[in-house]
Amino acid sequence: MDEYRNGEIAQGIVAKLTRRATRPWVLMEICGGQTHTLMRYGIDEMLPASIELVHGPGCPVCVTSLETIDKAIEIASRPEATLISYGDMLRVPGSRTDLFHVKAQGGDVRVVYSPTEALKFARANPGRKVVFLAVGFETTAPANAMAVWQAKREGLRNFSMLASHVLVPPAIRALLSSTRNRVQGFIGPGHVCTVMGYREYEDLVREFHVPIVVGGFEPLDLLEAILMLVTQLEEGRAAVENQYVRSVTYEGNLRAQEILAEVFEVCDRKWRGIGGIPESGLNLREEYAEFDADRIFGTEGVTADEPAECISAEVLQGLKKPTDCSAFGTRCTPDNPLGAPMVSSEGACAAYYRYRRHAIAVTESH
Amino acid sequence: MPQDAKLEMALKCPIPIADGESILMGHGSGGRMSGDLLRNILLPALQNPVLERLDDQAIVELGGSRIAFTTDSFVVKPLFFPGGDIGTLAVNGTVNDLAMGGAKPLFLSLALILEEGLPLDTLCRVMESIRVAAALANVLVVTGDTKVVEKGSGDGLFVNTSGIGLVSSGVRLSANQARPGDLVLLSGTIGDHGITILSQREGLEFESAVTSDTAALHTLVAAMLDANSDIRCLRDPTRGGLSSSLNEIASRSHVGIELEEDAIPIREEVRGACELLGLDPLYVANEGKLLAIVEPKSAGAILEAMWQHPLGGSAQIIGTITDSHPAMVTIRTRLGTSRIVDLLSGDQLPRIC
Repeated sequence: MDEYRNGEIAQGIVAKLTRRATRPWVLMEICGGQTHTLMRYGIDEMLPASIELVHGPGCPVCVTSLETIDKAIEIASRPEATLISYGDMLRVPGSRTDLFHVKAQGGDVRVVYSPTEALKFARANPGRKVVFLAVGFETTAPANAMAVWQAKREGLRNFSMLASHVLVPPAIRALLSSTRNRVQGFIGPGHVCTVMGYREYEDLVREFHVPIVVGGFEPLDLLEAILMLVTQLEEGRAAVENQYVRSVTYEGNLRAQEILAEVFEVCDRKWRGIGGIPESGLNLREEYAEFDADRIFGTEGVTADEPAECISAEVLQGLKKPTDCSAFGTRCTPDNPLGAPMVSSEGACAAYYRYRRHAIAVTESH
Repeated sequence: MPQDAKLEMALKCPIPIADGESILMGHGSGGRMSGDLLRNILLPALQNPVLERLDDQAIVELGGSRIAFTTDSFVVKPLFFPGGDIGTLAVNGTVNDLAMGGAKPLFLSLALILEEGLPLDTLCRVMESIRVAAALANVLVVTGDTKVVEKGSGDGLFVNTSGIGLVSSGVRLSANQARPGDLVLLSGTIGDHGITILSQREGLEFESAVTSDTAALHTLVAAMLDANSDIRCLRDPTRGGLSSSLNEIASRSHVGIELEEDAIPIREEVRGACELLGLDPLYVANEGKLLAIVEPKSAGAILEAMWQHPLGGSAQIIGTITDSHPAMVTIRTRLGTSRIVDLLSGDQLPRIC
């Protein structure tokens, strides 16, 4: 791993960037994992001032709709149900409470690292109605699809899924279509493209004449992707390029795509902080309806409104920085989050808060 | 917008629930939630100057002697893990809390809370570990208690140990004594215990060559104090990891701490597991490591003494105390940039992207 974190090589790339960038450019990294690395290593500090990074809607925890959280909370509160999810989801505030509090009140809420563990739990506890809260992008979706496929094959009657998957390309399209868009180039999500390939980004590049470079997650990956984007922009080109060649291919993982298509179908999806985006989500297909927790528990009708003060909509669209928010670091902290980007360590607000508060304080005091 | 309007909106917001009415798992994490619990509920009920020092042990004068006194409860799951078990932890943990005050540990108490149905064989194995660990640490278990709770009311076996030891008159160690210019020493690799436990957890079993670092540190401390008694503060970074201990020192001494990422020893296996799970090793628990805050002029002699001791072979200087950014810990990354090492709110949760 150290080969991707070498300080001298990093300085070399920054020097090239500084020579190449002749005017200001606004770039967005899509994935929350990339935001995390940028903040953790202070990469935005190293860049020439003309290059501005804004942080995209790629934290799966952050963009999961309030409704989905409320549904999960409602299901977890039922005595017959065991709700299983990834750890970060437990802290996300719903309309009234969060899953940690439901757990403290006696709800059966469990954390796993993969849906396979949820399946295992369902097999071992036939008396429990086991629900897996499936969030995330194209990265986590294949494993979740596999779990449902497996459950159907085994005839596992006590396992179901509250599916709230989201897709990256429709989100980029929505950002680029907005009249307020400032983003001139995208660092594509490396893990998502490992699954999906980068073929599907070609339409976006053609339609909006915007360069997209698929990037990895190590500091040098990101610096290199930024250099490739700036090079395209300075040369007036717009193409899909792949920086993350050690993991991503043009076609992606075809077997993962097959299982996705077998279990899920594309649907409209509400994104927390952004609103509805057409054809931007994945739901279980009709053939798998018996595994749809939404139907089993009758939570389809649950709706929720987001709090007015949180500016996560603007943050997730790259229109504002977390520090532009009047509540940042005061009324909104990881201990007491007003909105989802402050909850997950991949969320832009939490990443700023955790890693960059001192730099911000210093700038303000000068 | 007038200030009042803003306030009103914040009050109307339905989301903030950090101050829920019940205990959450995060209250036991050693992070910010644990600190809040201590400050808001526990300390106000017990106010006294000895307790309010908030070190790992209390030091009281008794009949002309300085006595260190501490207690610790152990609720680890699984009970047995590579490198140790709940019994070894219960002895070493309390011995270490005494040692961090510079005390020579002498006597322990042992309280067992047993869950109905616990196999006697399990209890025998744990008792054997306690016997061996106490003998190795040269302490006597001189009093104890046993309670049994109904099945479902415990998790097999909970253990509490208390301990007392003697502190020499010249030794005064406390988290409020760090001064700008001081150096931060670390006795060895971090994250070994936490990653070992995680690798054994149900649902997460992964192959790992790492074993728990559980060890009694009092002889290492004695060697360090022999080399130079000017040590300002000692801490064993257990629950909450390096970050929690350093944040505590920074805040109690009202100083800043600057770490060097490159200088912190981390085993390759631990680093790999952390990458895989999206965890930061700075927050992962240790059970046989110590941090020392020392004056720069004494650092050489103290490091030399640590290197001579089997538990301090890879001791390093990992950072400095500064007067900039008081109460905040920062780290200089390999890229030469700097970031905050914050106190976590609750437990560290794996990333999922």
